[in-house]
Amino acid sequence: MERIPILKMGEYLLVTVQVDMHDRLALTLQDDLTAKIVQAGAKGVLIDISALEMVDSFMGRMLGDLAAMSRVLDAETVVVGMRPAVAITLVELGLSLTGVRTALNVERGMDLLKARIKERRQNDGSA
Amino acid sequence: MTVLLSEQRPIKSSEDVVGIRQAVRQRAIELGFNLIDQTKIVTAASELARNTVQYGGGGAITIEGLDDGGRRGLRLTFEDKGPGIPDIQLALRDGYTTGGGLGLGLSGARRLSSEFYIDSRPGEGTRVTIVRWR
Repeated sequence: MERIPILKMGEYLLVTVQVDMHDRLALTLQDDLTAKIVQAGAKGVLIDISALEMVDSFMGRMLGDLAAMSRVLDAETVVVGMRPAVAITLVELGLSLTGVRTALNVERGMDLLKARIKERRQNDGSA
Repeated sequence: MTVLLSEQRPIKSSEDVVGIRQAVRQRAIELGFNLIDQTKIVTAASELARNTVQYGGGGAITIEGLDDGGRRGLRLTFEDKGPGIPDIQLALRDGYTTGGGLGLGLSGARRLSSEFYIDSRPGEGTRVTIVRWR
């Protein structure tokens, strides 16, 4: 079965979506990623969508759900690399990806994840 | 108005939806659409093709390239013989859904198009036509 690979790097999971996803593939990714967060005890998830030429409401919802699910599983998610034409279209479609953290590229996304995780550890320590 | 090209494809599965996105992208490029306009019509096509599968039980798309006195456009017609939409005004409202989605498919596709037509009869089926001009 067709699957999108999930790479583990320390306490992070990296996903690079390279193919035009059909709906079932998007849902499989959701299942695989949540399972992998638990299995690996991941603290951060980075999803690179720079290869995607469009994001429609289904994929937008999938990304939003994924961010919410990972939060419940004690991990932060950042979506990176959205193309400008995709961003323009997504907002006109009526979707603003509320609740999804985004960064311009992988590098900035990793910085954001590290900062968020550090912040959470400090809060945990002081509580 | 001249029809420059016409192509029909079945829409039966979520894999077909991917194929339709690619076919619409290809036609939009051939007609000289810029990247943003390509992305808008492809996204609208994806929403409507998914509706055809999900609510119409499958159907077909007709992709047509148009020339209106030098102005180029892409017309997409989605047809199914599904249960139809009882209340079109309600179905066009943002956030309204009977399928558990976000309810942005129909309303969003309308916003992404230059022209939008919908014809639906309960028990007979639904036809949605969109045009995006370059």
